[in-house]
Amino acid sequence: MRGADYVIRRTGAALLTVFVAITLNFVLFRAVPGSAVTALRCFHCTKQFKAALEEELGLNQSMWQQYTIYLGSLAEGDLGTSFTDHRSVWQNLKEPIMNTLPMLVVATVISVVIGVAAGVVSAWRRGTRTDRLNTWAALSFYAMPTQWIGLMVVFYIALRFGFPVAGIRDPTLGILEEPSTWTVIADRLRHLALPALTLGIGLYGEYALIVRSSMLETLGEDYVLTARAKGLKNFNIVWRHGLRNAMLPLVTLIALSFGYILAGAIVIEEVFSYPGIGLAVINAIDQRDYPVLQGAFLLLTFAVIFFNFVADLLYFKLDPRVTA
Amino acid sequence: MTIEAVPPAGAGGGLPGTDLAPVAASTPRGVLKQLVLGDRQAAFGALVLVLFVALALAAPLISPYSPRVKAGPVYAPPSSEHFLGLDDGGIDMLTLLIWGARVSLLVGFAASLMAMLIGGTVGILSGYLGGRTDTVLMRITDYFLVIPDVPLMIVAAAIWGQSLLNIVIIIAVIYWTSTARLIRSQVKSVREQVYVKRARALGAGNVRLIVKHVLPQVTPLLVANTVLTVATAIFAETYIAFLGLGDPSQISWGKLIQNSLTGGAIFSDAWWAIVPPGVCVTLVILACTMVGQSMEDSLNPRLKVGHLSVHRFRLRRPPAKAEVG
Repeated sequence: MRGADYVIRRTGAALLTVFVAITLNFVLFRAVPGSAVTALRCFHCTKQFKAALEEELGLNQSMWQQYTIYLGSLAEGDLGTSFTDHRSVWQNLKEPIMNTLPMLVVATVISVVIGVAAGVVSAWRRGTRTDRLNTWAALSFYAMPTQWIGLMVVFYIALRFGFPVAGIRDPTLGILEEPSTWTVIADRLRHLALPALTLGIGLYGEYALIVRSSMLETLGEDYVLTARAKGLKNFNIVWRHGLRNAMLPLVTLIALSFGYILAGAIVIEEVFSYPGIGLAVINAIDQRDYPVLQGAFLLLTFAVIFFNFVADLLYFKLDPRVTA
Repeated sequence: MTIEAVPPAGAGGGLPGTDLAPVAASTPRGVLKQLVLGDRQAAFGALVLVLFVALALAAPLISPYSPRVKAGPVYAPPSSEHFLGLDDGGIDMLTLLIWGARVSLLVGFAASLMAMLIGGTVGILSGYLGGRTDTVLMRITDYFLVIPDVPLMIVAAAIWGQSLLNIVIIIAVIYWTSTARLIRSQVKSVREQVYVKRARALGAGNVRLIVKHVLPQVTPLLVANTVLTVATAIFAETYIAFLGLGDPSQISWGKLIQNSLTGGAIFSDAWWAIVPPGVCVTLVILACTMVGQSMEDSLNPRLKVGHLSVHRFRLRRPPAKAEVG
């Protein structure tokens, strides 16, 4: 099979990166001035309590011992225990992650749809006013801070058109009567729509620019000329012959953008008070809850490494010119 | 409608990265000349940048009010005295924007200079020395490429404290990677040039070769890349400030955006507190992107060819690594 070698090498590299990430994560959080416990924001904690907590967390042992303990518990899938509510970190993060995922998916779909449409139109009409307008719009949206787009969306869309601007579900729902499944789903979608739209707008510019340049290149290929000579319709040429080949960079870019999508999600969740992973991270910072922060950071790093790995494999699978 | 013959890659449009440089300028003067004459967008970008830098430098002279003193009622709308109204503390918005330019641009330029130093050093060492040094340095670079940048910034800012210097260091430490990769590939090709080999045969040492022959060749590209990094750094600063991890005593555009959320500008219907800081950030980032990309294009026309187009519009993402052979 082509590239079994490549897959193995990429997997090895990804695993190595995971290991580096774990180690760096350990070092980063041990580099706290004082210890994590002294930095804990907790007003009713006594000295004795903090000492006991340090002991419980093993912070009084040597670095190396701490490191091996950390690796050992990670191997068992134990991310630690939250300082503030004494539940496991995973318990703390599970629900936020589940809330964030649908938003990321919807946002990605929105950005890809707008991005591809804008890019294709731009490339098709290259050099015209439509193209210039499109490219300027894409560049500008690309240059806007995501949280600011969010504020603008709240200010100019949500408040004017009666969309919810905070939370993930209507708190009054289910008080008077048991809501039907449809009402619940509709309510979720209403809360999810604007954060996802914001993220989609923030992402689309990059996709549009890449689809445009990739399309321009594809439309200059000989087989497109051949297709024209055969008398195919423009629509077929652009969508079948052009876009299909121009999609290659986009597919990998989407996987590669995952880190950036996450970054956008974090600030957007702050704007919309959307109880996802971003808000969980921000709350953990506010309370200096290091185990949760560390766990969240590790999970996010894993996710990005995973998507980079997927991007590598996709690129290899889709483009036969890539050699192992 | 018809599909005309497609002009050579990306002609027309007149936007950064879409124009093929009329003449590939390779001297600094050529680059400058092209910036001003050949590329209107780059000239526009340069103008915007100069304007904002001038505003930032002259802040104490030109700002109409003090950035710390209440000048009127909270969220007073724009008037002839307060061109952009007042914020949630009754402070003149225009004054805040001008002072905010100082911190935002300072962070942007300082962080990207530092990133240039790190990335340039790593790139030159990696490309010039090759072998095991190259492998190790590129492994480290690869790692920094996959680490989720914003979560790392958040964690680092939260752990190491919220001073301006810390933020500059954090941003620089995250965004040096693309510079390193770009410079590395450039150095690799310079190293193999005949004149470098000749100089080596004549007995020039590594240090002399790097300083006298390699560095001058890669400096323009390094500068172009730095201008692009300024955009990324300013963007990153708005994130950090927005999450309340910036230096609380400093006014920056990111902080102003945060203020408009925490101060409730949205529910006070105070558009003048929400819109302007974002517009400033967007303008500066656009300007940096245009200038940087135009410089890069004129220095290295090859960059825009073929599959490399994937990497053209990176602002927040490091370039994809794919070996096409």
